[in-house]
Amino acid sequence: MQIVINGRLHQAAAVISLTQAVELLTSAKSGVAAAVNGEIVRRSAWDATRLADGDQVEVLTAVQGG
Amino acid sequence: MDDPLVIAGESFSSRLIMGTGGAPSLEVLDRALVASGTELTTVAMRRVDPAAAGSVLDVLAVRGIRVLPNTAGCFTAAEAVRLARLAREALGTAWVKLEVIADEVTLLPEPVELLTAAEELAADGFTVLPYTNDDPVLARRLEQVGCAAVMPLGSPIGSGLGIRNQHNIELIVESAGVPVILDAGIGTASDAAIAMELGCAGVLLATSVTRAREPELMAEAMRLAVTAGRLAFLAGRVPRRRYALASSPPPG
Repeated sequence: MQIVINGRLHQAAAVISLTQAVELLTSAKSGVAAAVNGEIVRRSAWDATRLADGDQVEVLTAVQGG
Repeated sequence: MDDPLVIAGESFSSRLIMGTGGAPSLEVLDRALVASGTELTTVAMRRVDPAAAGSVLDVLAVRGIRVLPNTAGCFTAAEAVRLARLAREALGTAWVKLEVIADEVTLLPEPVELLTAAEELAADGFTVLPYTNDDPVLARRLEQVGCAAVMPLGSPIGSGLGIRNQHNIELIVESAGVPVILDAGIGTASDAAIAMELGCAGVLLATSVTRAREPELMAEAMRLAVTAGRLAFLAGRVPRRRYALASSPPPG
């Protein structure tokens, strides 16, 4: 199964949750938001969100700016 | 003197809002933020970088500075609304510095997209602080759609050209029913003081501090300039005169 996280292709052997996808990038427990195929998914729903083949995941956080 | 900046019912004893872009390191940024006395500071929202060392959020949390996410990098209302909602989800704040720019060269606000995004976000419960042109008409429209402040530019972002149209800033201040924050273009301390003397409720700046040779020192200069300008505004400047007015009594 292939999913795209922040523009990079990831191969997953089994179905993974959004929580697991985010953990591939960061262990931060706060300050992070995620969207799947353009739709924002609330953090409380990450565990229950199963990613499907071809899903596009965006994981954002705050950086220096403005 | 107790003279807080009040935005959407929230009080800040500092009238200096800082940006965090351009600092050479988080350590330098930390010292500059402390020296500035700021209580509200902007951050941008970007893709997580797994290689990033440290987080600007940690710096703000340690210092007890409220975070103000921006929508920098957005060219359309739809992009900005989406990014604001992601920021709300990530940071747990419904406050947003709304930025919708027209092009990469000037980074000037795109007025139509800005107004559209402001209206949508205000209706969605956001406290919207829009970065806008120094246009009194657009400022009025932004207030009408529910913005909690208006933040006209002095000159383009990062240009350090100061306040190019002081008259327009005065016009915005005169008619605004919400705080006017001078945002962008500040080059040095006197620019910040002038913004406050014109009646602005606050100043938002980043580059002039973060890219100064001595960021911490310039941050202190900005803190003092904002305070001095505010006091001068409250005190009321003397009228300009064509000829001298003797300050000593006549001889005799």
